[in-house]
Amino acid sequence: MNVAANMNRTNGKNGSNVSEPAWVRVLLTAVALGFIALFLLLPLGAVFAQALEKGWDAYLAALKEPDTLSAIRLTLITAVLCVPVNLLFGIIAAWAIAKFSFPGKSFLVTLIDLPFSVSPVVSGLIYVLIFGLQGWLGPWLQAHDIKIIFAVPGIVLATVFVTFPFVARELIPLMESQGRDEEEAALTLGAGGLQTFFRVTFPNIKWGVLYGVILCNARAMGEFGAVSVVSGHVRGATNTIPLQVEILYNEYSYAAAFAVASLLALLALVTLAVKSVAEWKINQTLVTPGSER
Amino acid sequence: MSIDIVGISKNFGSFTALDQVSLTVPSGELVALLGPSGSGKTSLLRIIAGLETPDSGHILFNGEEATARQVQERKVGFVFQHYALFRHMTVYDNIAFGLTVKPKKTRPSKLDIRDKVFNLLKLIQLEQLADRYPAQLSGGQRQRVALARALAVEPQVLLLDEPFGALDAKVRLELRRWLRRLHDEIHVTSVFVTHDQEEALEVADRIVVMNQGRIEQQGTPSEVYDHPATPFVFDFLGNVNLFQGRVHEGKARVAGLELATPEHAAARNAPAVGYVRSHDIEIERDALDVSALEAEVRYVLSVGPLVRVNLALTDGHGIEVDLARDVADRLSLSVGERVYARPRKVRVFTEDYQI
Repeated sequence: MNVAANMNRTNGKNGSNVSEPAWVRVLLTAVALGFIALFLLLPLGAVFAQALEKGWDAYLAALKEPDTLSAIRLTLITAVLCVPVNLLFGIIAAWAIAKFSFPGKSFLVTLIDLPFSVSPVVSGLIYVLIFGLQGWLGPWLQAHDIKIIFAVPGIVLATVFVTFPFVARELIPLMESQGRDEEEAALTLGAGGLQTFFRVTFPNIKWGVLYGVILCNARAMGEFGAVSVVSGHVRGATNTIPLQVEILYNEYSYAAAFAVASLLALLALVTLAVKSVAEWKINQTLVTPGSER
Repeated sequence: MSIDIVGISKNFGSFTALDQVSLTVPSGELVALLGPSGSGKTSLLRIIAGLETPDSGHILFNGEEATARQVQERKVGFVFQHYALFRHMTVYDNIAFGLTVKPKKTRPSKLDIRDKVFNLLKLIQLEQLADRYPAQLSGGQRQRVALARALAVEPQVLLLDEPFGALDAKVRLELRRWLRRLHDEIHVTSVFVTHDQEEALEVADRIVVMNQGRIEQQGTPSEVYDHPATPFVFDFLGNVNLFQGRVHEGKARVAGLELATPEHAAARNAPAVGYVRSHDIEIERDALDVSALEAEVRYVLSVGPLVRVNLALTDGHGIEVDLARDVADRLSLSVGERVYARPRKVRVFTEDYQI
């Protein structure tokens, strides 16, 4: 019996006696695909359909509206500030966690996951508590005329907090799977720390870094909860794209709301595309040399 | 360059990897650190390289204190068990790496690097594979590239961590003979770690047998094989049979045999164990004298050039005997047959006393 099953498998036949019956496989696949169509593709299509409902000109006009342009600008600024900070933090944290052992390592891993487990609203409120007028540093900040809450710095801070796990989370398992051997080889060959990083470590993780950056960027541009708390919703000044969408929607300008929302949907599609390329490349670097241990 | 290891200890948590190890590696020799896994041999190698810091003790290179030197300053070539080639670089770039990371002042010109790399490629007989990536090479080729990469920086010491451990049997054999020839050519002080006694016996000038973070014995291959200092070394190098017994004033009685053991002259009826290598036992059909033990053949296996015979002594104790094939053919033993086993060389160790 066992031998027969093995022979079937090694013969490369479809091995029907070790797999589910055909109708089960078809049903499961259909359910999965149906679910994706209903909950992902349909809404995505709806966003674009709604956005273009009143025609291409209306769509462009909605995007050219000054408050919307300002929201786009603020979103880009936030992303441009957040992503490099989290890139640096993520690489350093992943390097430390994957390549060294030190006391408190598992605590650090838990801390990195914190933003995932905390509701974004709470993340925003933390900053209000610290920097807000009634907060710990509020009076001092006001005395020195520094605005953080209900201003751009607060939005950036909240976004940094919410998005900092992405790069680190992506790199830790990748770097752990690659081990320390190549770095140690570089050191014995006389390379310094930075040379080792840029010539050995980084080339091995670059696709993972890209993947992390893409995810981090997508979240930085799309973050709503935390930003909403610290932004103050000042039109043309402290609204990011997601906040602008909400405002437009609440004002019943559906076409404009969906037009702006379609930008985020496009971002999601681009993210997905880059992400799958990066994933494919990561798998390629993992199957390559000497990793067959 | 000679290496002196003085009183090195290393703990990983509660595990003692190395316990007060002292050892001298003379300049130009090829030394094997031999031992089972967990015996501390790899830790010792990594401490020599500077990849690990000892808890106490000193490392001296050419008599100079080197314990605090950074890895980069030690000028050691290190070859890893799993090659550790830079996977995103070609064979050429891998070998050139050590030269290209040198500071501008001491870095050779592009042309010099090229010459050097191609000389090394010639040495490892892989000239035509310079543009390949490590993934496109076989295990044996990768390890040779790793060796060339280590040699490119002209190290004072070559350290090899189970260099053939990940290769299949035939390639391993080829490569270790090649390493021996290479060492005869370039004479760089080399230390290699292995758990394969055959490899150590064949390749090394000196063997250091390690067990539980300590050195059990060191010496030339024939010294450690022919005159094992401890039961562990006896057991670790080759197949061995154990006979329980006692020693009293220079005379041992093990498994019904009387043996003169002048080295145990001081022993007073002490428990002892007789060690006999499985190829140091003869099998006879007839009992010629009392120094042969009656036994029954349990099974006979042929293992390549050898025939392994498992015998049960009259007390039920099992022993293994390796016979040359021609000897076994002449005897043509059958299972269940009554024979006599005559140990040629017995080494007696008392339990508390080690020579």
